[in-house]
Amino acid sequence: MSSASIILRRRFLSGGLALTAVVALSACGAKTDAAGSSDEAAQADVSGDTVKVGLLNSLSGTMAISEVTVRDSLKLAIDEINASGGVLGKKIQPISEDGASDWPTFAEKAQKLIKEDRVAATFGCWTSASRKAVKPVFEKNKSLLFYPVQYEGLEQSPYIFYTGATTNQQIVPALDYLKSKGLKKLYLVGSDYVFPRTANKIIQAYAKANGMTILGEDYAPLGSTEFSTIANKVKAAKADAVFNTLNGDSNVAFFKEYKSAGLTAKSLPVVSVSIAEEEVKSIGSQYLAGQLTAWNYYQTTAGAANEKFVKAYKAKYGEDKPTSDPMEAAYTSVYLWKAMVEKAKSFDPEKVKAASDGITFDAPEGEVTVDGATQHLYKTARIGEIGTDGLIKEVWDSGKPIEPDPYLKGYSWASDLS
Amino acid sequence: MNPLKGSLRPVAGFAGAAVLLFAVAPLALTDFRLGLLAKYLCTAMVAVGICLAWGRGGLLTLGQGVFFGLGGYAMAMHLKIADAGPGNLPDFMQLYGTATELPWWWRPFANPAFALAATVLLPMAVAALLGLFVFRRRVKGAYFAILSQALAAAFAIWLIGQQATTGGTNGLTDIQGFFGYDLDDPVNQRTVYFIIAAALLALIALARQLIHSRYGELLVAVRDSEERVRFLGYDPANVKLVAYVVAAGMAGLAGALFVPAVGIISPAMIGIVPSIEFVIGAAVGGRASLVGAVLGAIGVVWAKTALSEEFPAAWTYFQGLLFIVALAFLPGGLASLAGMLRRRRARQRKATVVAVGEAA
Amino acid sequence: MTVILGQTFTGISIGAVLLLIALGLSLTFGQMNVINMAHGEFIMAGAYTTYVLQKSISDAGMSLLVALPVAFLVSGALGALLEWLLIRRLYLRPLDTLLVTWGVSLMLQQLARDIFGAPNVQTRAPDWLTGNVTLIGGADPLTVANSRLFILGLAVAAVVALASTLRLTPLGRRIRAVVQNRDLAEVSGISTARVDRTAFFVGSGLAGIAGVALTLVGPIGPTMGTNVIIDAFLVIVVGGIGQLKGTVIVAFVLGVLQSVLEYSTTVSVAKVLVLVAIVAFLQWRPQGLYTLRTRSLV
Repeated sequence: MSSASIILRRRFLSGGLALTAVVALSACGAKTDAAGSSDEAAQADVSGDTVKVGLLNSLSGTMAISEVTVRDSLKLAIDEINASGGVLGKKIQPISEDGASDWPTFAEKAQKLIKEDRVAATFGCWTSASRKAVKPVFEKNKSLLFYPVQYEGLEQSPYIFYTGATTNQQIVPALDYLKSKGLKKLYLVGSDYVFPRTANKIIQAYAKANGMTILGEDYAPLGSTEFSTIANKVKAAKADAVFNTLNGDSNVAFFKEYKSAGLTAKSLPVVSVSIAEEEVKSIGSQYLAGQLTAWNYYQTTAGAANEKFVKAYKAKYGEDKPTSDPMEAAYTSVYLWKAMVEKAKSFDPEKVKAASDGITFDAPEGEVTVDGATQHLYKTARIGEIGTDGLIKEVWDSGKPIEPDPYLKGYSWASDLS
Repeated sequence: MNPLKGSLRPVAGFAGAAVLLFAVAPLALTDFRLGLLAKYLCTAMVAVGICLAWGRGGLLTLGQGVFFGLGGYAMAMHLKIADAGPGNLPDFMQLYGTATELPWWWRPFANPAFALAATVLLPMAVAALLGLFVFRRRVKGAYFAILSQALAAAFAIWLIGQQATTGGTNGLTDIQGFFGYDLDDPVNQRTVYFIIAAALLALIALARQLIHSRYGELLVAVRDSEERVRFLGYDPANVKLVAYVVAAGMAGLAGALFVPAVGIISPAMIGIVPSIEFVIGAAVGGRASLVGAVLGAIGVVWAKTALSEEFPAAWTYFQGLLFIVALAFLPGGLASLAGMLRRRRARQRKATVVAVGEAA
Repeated sequence: MTVILGQTFTGISIGAVLLLIALGLSLTFGQMNVINMAHGEFIMAGAYTTYVLQKSISDAGMSLLVALPVAFLVSGALGALLEWLLIRRLYLRPLDTLLVTWGVSLMLQQLARDIFGAPNVQTRAPDWLTGNVTLIGGADPLTVANSRLFILGLAVAAVVALASTLRLTPLGRRIRAVVQNRDLAEVSGISTARVDRTAFFVGSGLAGIAGVALTLVGPIGPTMGTNVIIDAFLVIVVGGIGQLKGTVIVAFVLGVLQSVLEYSTTVSVAKVLVLVAIVAFLQWRPQGLYTLRTRSLV
């Protein structure tokens, strides 16, 4: 090695270090406590004769199965609104981004929608993890997200509208239903992530206060497909019913094993909160017939609004495509945003928020009303039974929309949950 | 060839890269795009380590996600504690847990110096522990690859299972500050970018020094013929171990800097698929060439963002095809294309000016 | 008592599934040292074959039995094609093979998504496979699912068939010769290229059979292969490369270990414990349970 090259190499190293130091020192910005420039939120671009909205769903990866259907029903709602004149005289222009089932990607795409595309509002996200990842982005930029999926509650972001059920509109009514049927010994099975763990915490608290017993609580990693042991445990526990918060592929394996173990809907019913019409189709009614689900909407829900929705959806995407609760909540969320904007006469998120309280919409699930304080919806809870034809038939409903209570403040047994 | 001219090229390249990263990129890109670039540069930092361990040392580094995650979690744990303020629990622990105080293994991370050191030293320690046995026992190739993947899977599943103390699938999100600086402030975001760019350049310089040192020669010798090196009196296990541990430290640092850049670290960044993706970038660019590995890593993640937006379905085919073509037909990666062109040009020159005795 | 027996049998049935998905790999990875990440997608191809056949053969039992040989041929053909197109260029570069076949697996998954749609599809299990057999009667009966017995029988049959092929047939002799000393086999007049391709055909075909079996217990979808592939590799690595008996023993041991740990802890904890145990075991015995003795230094 020549001496010249050694000298040169030393020089470039020290030069690089010096450069680094200079840049690091000179680029220091405001301290945490200093008044930041974050007040200047990204302004939505509504200057033209269109208004942009963001659709943020996983179009690839493991969550694509579910999220593509949500994106489809969001598009259906946008097309319908555009055909009838748009919002405040402007056509809606959807910008679709792929969250790729990866939480940091969701945060990145949310930023892109807000800062680059300058959308007036964003619709989407499915998993709680993706919502948690984008929540700070929407809060920092003071932009609105409409989240269409039932979730575990205990959250109330000022920039998110939750159009799916919170726990007191799905899980608590399901427990009430089980209690009314005299099914008091429960076994809990769930996937290992936020929703099932939080849901099961609530169930434990409910059971304690209502004289029910929890005989076991089991979690399987997301995507796990080996359920023979869990089926054995459930069978050995001699419970009255199983409360199932499994997600995705795991449900298929679970119900196949359940049937193999000789357990039936008659002898040991399963109440599921993540199995909608789409999932029934992929698991097979051979394994599911007679089992129970808890949602706010089924394809079979009665009413003119639902007939219109189902018909329009099938006409656009195919006769064999079922509609489900998250799809309905997504469809509804676009109409709710439109109503809020029209009441506020502005696309400005702050004004839209201020106008949101009391907005009602005749949704496919029945009338829903926005609760301005929590930014959740008044929704009707429904228990359904899965039929041999793959459709879910309603067997019980709450009669009227239930007031949203994300922190379960109205339930004394839930006082030490959050 | 003139030795001075040969050694000037890397200096010029390095200066060029510095100008691009520190002057051109911040001026040309919006804050949002600069943030994305910061994320890509973190991947490139992992690729520097992979270039060293795999490209030069022939080690199958399929568990880089673990080291990236260790670094990322070490940093994020400190930042979450700092965000919560003294005496308070991080937000997710209050939400999901029942504990009233920090778990014991969180406590040391309240100290910024400990946390910073841990981002690099923790992955290095784990790598040393793993490598010590594996290389001593002469575990090779396929075994090591599968072993690394098992470790990545176990780590991810464990993190997901401990929701009350690790945030579960959500990971650690909503990180507000970075050692007292508000990450919300665009100026501070820019600073984070500069730190990442500087760290990347520093790692490249470090790797270059290593590659061109006696150790670097030895590493390549171990890769090409381990037995001969052993017969020469060196212990190949130690040679490999150093490369593996250094690569782990680089991945840890990348993970640590990823946290302030993106504001989140989650098990999704750790498991088997991200571990493979780290390697793929380096492989496509050219595993044995520092420049190739770094540009390949940046290029692949950039293409993923840019092309998946346009064609979510077709992109998967394109991605698969890219790996197949780059690896099956261009084992040296895209970097070897440059070499091939140069050789072809040299051959043409040779053909015109026939020099006696030079033809090999 | 019933619990222990029940869990042991559950473990054996988990082991049988593991064995079926790993058996093909024991040939392609164990014997030929090719890390084929697309093996999982060959399993997927077997499962989709069952689904497609069920559309034309309405009797669920009949279609399942027909699916076994057809899936073997479909996945085997895919494997032979992959070997001919790509893998034969990569025999000396194991990690490159891993990454290339990972690219192939991405493309096959997307292909499945484009053909069959992203959601899982369903197949009907025949009635004689949905019930269960009571082994011990009484108040706390021990029952065993018919589908699990079927899979166990299938796994045993596949092992016996593979072992006797390797041991007794001219093809098996040629495969063993190539594994033990490729150069010597070549100069003895064996076409190593053809042996490689045949071995790959058989190994991938076994993945197809595993896919048919998986339709009885798990989901059928584009990602079903990625769910099982790492477990399959671990079975081979722990069992020892190139050793069929190692694969068989380890599959059942891991199955029982998993089921016992699952029963006493949770599925997640059991999974982590098993993986950590495997990593620790390989630290202690890096060549796996059984090793193939060769004279090579490495």
